[in-house]
Amino acid sequence: MNENQTTPAIEAISVTKRFGPIVANENVSFRVEKGQIHALLGENGAGKSTLVNILFGLYHADQGEIYIAGEKVEMNSPHDAIDRHIGMVHQHFQLVPVLSVTENIVLGHEPTKKRGILDLEKAYAEVEALGKRYGLEVDPRAIVEDLPIGTQQRVEILRSLYRKADVLILDEPTAVLTPQETDHLLEVLRGLAAEGVAIIFITHKLREVMAVADHVTVMRRGKVVGAIDPSETDQAGLAEMMVGRSVVLRIAKGEAKAGAPVLTIDSLSALDDRAQTAVDGLCLTVHAGEIFGIAGVEGNGQRELVEAITGLRKTISGSIMLEDTELAGSSPREISEQGVAHVPEDREKHGLVGPHSVADNLVLNRYFKAPFARRGIRQTGAINAEAQKLVDQYDVRTASINSPVRTLSGGNKQKVIAARELSQNAKLLVAAQPTRGIDVGSIEFVHQQLVDQRDDGIAVLLVSAELDEIMSLSDRIGVIYQGRLVAIGKAEDFTRNQIGQLMASGSTDA
Amino acid sequence: MSTITTTLYQRRWLIFTVVAIIGFTLFTGEFKEAQTTAILASTLRQSTPLLLGALCGMLGERSGVINIGIEGQMLMSAFTGFMVAAETQNLLLGVLAGIATGMLMGASLAGLSVSLQGDQIIAGTVLNIAALGVTSFFFQQGYTLPGKTPMIDLWFLSDIPVLGRVFFSNRPITYLSLLLVPTVWYALFRTTWGLRTRAVGEHPSAAETVGISVAKMRYLNLILGGAIAGLAGAYLSLEAVGSFERNMTNGKGFVALAVMIFGRWNPVGAWGAALLFGYTNAIQTQFQFRGWFTDHPQFVGMIPFVVTIIVLAGVVGRARPPAAIGQPYSRE
Repeated sequence: MNENQTTPAIEAISVTKRFGPIVANENVSFRVEKGQIHALLGENGAGKSTLVNILFGLYHADQGEIYIAGEKVEMNSPHDAIDRHIGMVHQHFQLVPVLSVTENIVLGHEPTKKRGILDLEKAYAEVEALGKRYGLEVDPRAIVEDLPIGTQQRVEILRSLYRKADVLILDEPTAVLTPQETDHLLEVLRGLAAEGVAIIFITHKLREVMAVADHVTVMRRGKVVGAIDPSETDQAGLAEMMVGRSVVLRIAKGEAKAGAPVLTIDSLSALDDRAQTAVDGLCLTVHAGEIFGIAGVEGNGQRELVEAITGLRKTISGSIMLEDTELAGSSPREISEQGVAHVPEDREKHGLVGPHSVADNLVLNRYFKAPFARRGIRQTGAINAEAQKLVDQYDVRTASINSPVRTLSGGNKQKVIAARELSQNAKLLVAAQPTRGIDVGSIEFVHQQLVDQRDDGIAVLLVSAELDEIMSLSDRIGVIYQGRLVAIGKAEDFTRNQIGQLMASGSTDA
Repeated sequence: MSTITTTLYQRRWLIFTVVAIIGFTLFTGEFKEAQTTAILASTLRQSTPLLLGALCGMLGERSGVINIGIEGQMLMSAFTGFMVAAETQNLLLGVLAGIATGMLMGASLAGLSVSLQGDQIIAGTVLNIAALGVTSFFFQQGYTLPGKTPMIDLWFLSDIPVLGRVFFSNRPITYLSLLLVPTVWYALFRTTWGLRTRAVGEHPSAAETVGISVAKMRYLNLILGGAIAGLAGAYLSLEAVGSFERNMTNGKGFVALAVMIFGRWNPVGAWGAALLFGYTNAIQTQFQFRGWFTDHPQFVGMIPFVVTIIVLAGVVGRARPPAAIGQPYSRE
């Protein structure tokens, strides 16, 4: 055989994987060259994760063959994959929060003095050197849980590099990152590719694919539907391949018909969990029938602001008026009953009760009221009828309304929350990171809902780390920096660059 | 504040407790060497099975398995240790039999909770009930030992007033348990095994993705822990009492769990906690000896529990157990 640069770093040939009756991967073939950044694009449930889990030895393919550097391999565990220099950065980080950066990186391949005695000093030095070499500097002695998400991801990447990965798989690596962190990550990936590492980059963000990928494989419903060079297509073309129909990437929306002020925040201050000032004398007004977008690097008080409005966090000073009612000091239920709908940032933690049924989650904000409860007794019939109605209306894909809500995909979970929050007559909708981690089809749906709510005369406060989302949906934009809005204006008055600068430094003077 | 004063402030409860204990000991002993020595020696005796039980629980919990069956492991080991020693008239064989029994019980706990993925609390309860039933059923009076494990004086060290008699004039399992404190600490925090154990107990799927077998680590730790619980059992029947009695553990396995939590899953902390529990038991005897509160003996009996509540409320603060504790792990 003629072996030269054309031997792919990793190749899967006709891989099929079934989970019971569901075919997760059907006859999938896929190859990545050395030094290539290969994007694996597809909606949630398209089979991307299944494919890479097979490549990483977490699943075993029912049929098909895997070749690594031209050699046919059988992999039965991640250990086998690691031995063959395959590294994976998981979507949910596989780091032990209470251990140090170094301990996490060397875990499983620890440097030792003799017979099982750890050589931590050597490990610290190795990690430090590795970080320097790849531009991924991290304090090797820091405890992982104290680090921001973006830094934790560096630790994950470093862990793979420590094991001398030739193939690096990244599962939705940008889902949790701010725009700046994303840019940095893409830069690091380019650097790694230049050193000859083959990179498999799972995503459903088209912009990133266009920005960084050398090649794209698109999957839909367990099959490869196309492999293409990004220079030969555009975002709309990729989206169509991915979803199987043409997708509206930018929601068409008419001129906003802004009415009276609904939410008026005056000199609001609030503390974060470590008792530091997070919201610092912030003022803003959201009118009926407009979408007010808050742009900002995460950690500039967005979370605390949303929590203060929805009653989940105490305020120190200032007022939050919903029309003529003061919300500050009220309980979350009182605020909800006043007509504030809330799509929380962390769906799993604050939006849903995972083990409970879809139906129960759909009435979570009014299960205690008639007709869902009478004299403290839950009325299952009324609950189920309402749930079925909402599931149909919002097109929630679930096996049944009695399935535990945690079994749903991210997009469908978000639909459950939207259905619940929007079905009670809200005056104000507070949506925090509403499209984080969900697929293009669901993003389109959520965006359409936000615009529809606006057109129905509801005031919408949108908080998002996705600058594109803020730019395309908002009628007015406020940029938050260190707990204050440093700029407020009409969306068309800002350029992407200006907002980026304001987010990073609080002013446009460079 | 300087670092020294900050450290002092952070440890204020610990310092307060230690000062109170020393002060009270001197007060009850009124500086009489014999009595002070007696209290402290009794403290160490009472703390030994608690310390060993806590170390057993710690190995399990650090790897993510709650071991509520320490009581059963200790009781069963006390029984087999005693029976083997009585049959063979060899104490060393008895101790080894106790250790082997503990390991076997640890392996069965691992089988129930790791391989069969059963509920860990129920698996531990099974061990406790089985041990009580089996030992009560098979135990017969009439066996006698060739004596207790021998007293060993450590050279001149045992001649040091008070502390020498307390620490350097003991029996072998007591010495061994004192040696286990730094050993287990070193193993947990300075070895590959320890790092992997802690990773498995905090985030098993993370450990699995770097190629560590969660099941293997948990089996290993539960069996090692079982050996330590077996030693505790042998201590009770062969070193402390010199015979077997029905239910002779009498809840020590559960107190050991409290000791482990109080010591924050750390061997050194657990030793301190075990000594405190041992001490509260020791001063009860001293009260009776002095004839204090003889009209109301129930109040004296309450001392260990009252002290436990006060100390747990004040000293422990926020203790954080290993995160994956109690959850069976399976690769999806």
